[in-house]
Amino acid sequence: MALLEVEGLEVSYGLIKAVKGVSFTVEKGEIVALIGANGAGKTTIMHAISGLIPKAAGKVVYNGEDITSLAPHKITAKGISQVPEGRRIFQELTVYENLVMGAYTRKSKKEFKDTLSYVYDRFPILKERKNQVAGTLSGGEQQMLAMSRALMSHPDLVLLDEPSMGLSPLYVNTVFDVIKEMNADGKTVFVVEQNANKALAVADRAYVIETGKITMTGTGEELLKDERIKAAYLGE
Amino acid sequence: MEFLTTFINGLSLGGVYALIALGYTMVYGIAKMLNFAHGDIIMVGGYTIMVFFNMTGLPLAAAGVAVVFCIVTGVLIEKLAYKPLRGASPLAVLITAIGVSYLLESLAQIIFGSDHKMVILNHWGTLEIGAFSVSYNTIVTLSSAIAIMIALTLFVNRTKVGKAMLAVSEDRDAASLMGISVNNIITITFAIGSALAAVAGAFYILKTPDVSTTMGSMPGIKAFTAAVIGGIGSIPGAMLGGLLLGIIETACLAVPALAPFAIAIEFGLLIIILLVKPTGILGKKKREKV
Repeated sequence: MALLEVEGLEVSYGLIKAVKGVSFTVEKGEIVALIGANGAGKTTIMHAISGLIPKAAGKVVYNGEDITSLAPHKITAKGISQVPEGRRIFQELTVYENLVMGAYTRKSKKEFKDTLSYVYDRFPILKERKNQVAGTLSGGEQQMLAMSRALMSHPDLVLLDEPSMGLSPLYVNTVFDVIKEMNADGKTVFVVEQNANKALAVADRAYVIETGKITMTGTGEELLKDERIKAAYLGE
Repeated sequence: MEFLTTFINGLSLGGVYALIALGYTMVYGIAKMLNFAHGDIIMVGGYTIMVFFNMTGLPLAAAGVAVVFCIVTGVLIEKLAYKPLRGASPLAVLITAIGVSYLLESLAQIIFGSDHKMVILNHWGTLEIGAFSVSYNTIVTLSSAIAIMIALTLFVNRTKVGKAMLAVSEDRDAASLMGISVNNIITITFAIGSALAAVAGAFYILKTPDVSTTMGSMPGIKAFTAAVIGGIGSIPGAMLGGLLLGIIETACLAVPALAPFAIAIEFGLLIIILLVKPTGILGKKKREKV
């Protein structure tokens, strides 16, 4: 049984159908990428999974449980954590308070301390700036904070929406390193990316989406070699 | 000495405005709506105090009952009238809030009639030190208002739920992705705002022992003005705006030549501040999404 199963998902904005019957699965322990151009419907799918927008049709099943019409905060409590597009950290809260918000659904103080020290060890800059208002961090630092914040809820499945967007090459590499580390740590990862090169390099499997429909699927390696993908997304 | 007396009286009145302004500003910041029925919660509190004070003769107990009753009323209004409109146009929500305001006033009129009722909660007298004289009512009001504002500030800045309120206020969707129930946070916000309005109602009756169906409208509008002056959405802004407005009003009333223009001066101040700094004194410019 797949950890996440999306079946016949449709999402509309008014009269415009942004997602037209999308189905895919994410198995436990995998890194799965969804690549596609701007406006293909990637973020819409992400928001539909996490319950931020209503679905016109289709089903989302997580761990065998239908979560299609659950509210976002309940979906998070089930063990799905999202790093939203544009990071969406709480600019007016401190770095530490952002991490506290990430752990909102968790009760154990010990677990919080352990995760916090893991995050601080991984990103010393966050520890250094823990009492600083998060809006003062650089874009790359904010992305590290957003990823750390998502880890604070001890998720089984991490959804990342365009995590490398707008970052310097150095931070882009860090983002994908962290994705691999999360995965090695036992977390299943579903990542939506425009940076197809990087995403396909870390992904076990990937899906390609074009104007609201999945048009190709395969392992990361296969898609990296595919001529059509090279022409359309890898700029070769 | 007269200056000091006026200043303390102004702070005390300002404390009452600040308590009401906090309700406007927190609901605006978190639920993103102007709750024009907020002033009428003061009136609901006023009648509750009247009923229980006449029954028991205990002012503090009556105020306590009013706090509970106002919390229930405020939360019910949110659930029945505003929650179904989540995501609707701001205009629809605004009109609904005005409708709720008329509903509450009309209900009060049906139950209690339209005549003004006199409710004298106490005779604590006046503190006099030489030329300095301030009523104990003023002292109680001022010190309670300050204590409540400190407690609220600590709650918002030091507790997880308080931080969640700030998170929801800044980015509702991101907050819900953290596992924060936005609906629960909005309910808590309405509960706190209504409790503060009830307390403000009690202090208002201490100062002006008059209960009527429209008793909430003038303090409501002034507190709303205070919230906008301070920067709507900002908690310290509402406190600052409230205190400032109270001091200005009391100072104007203390000068015979200015007294008739007190209200005009208060709203004039609003216009000036909006011209100079449209976001209010402590208000922040809304960040554009990148």
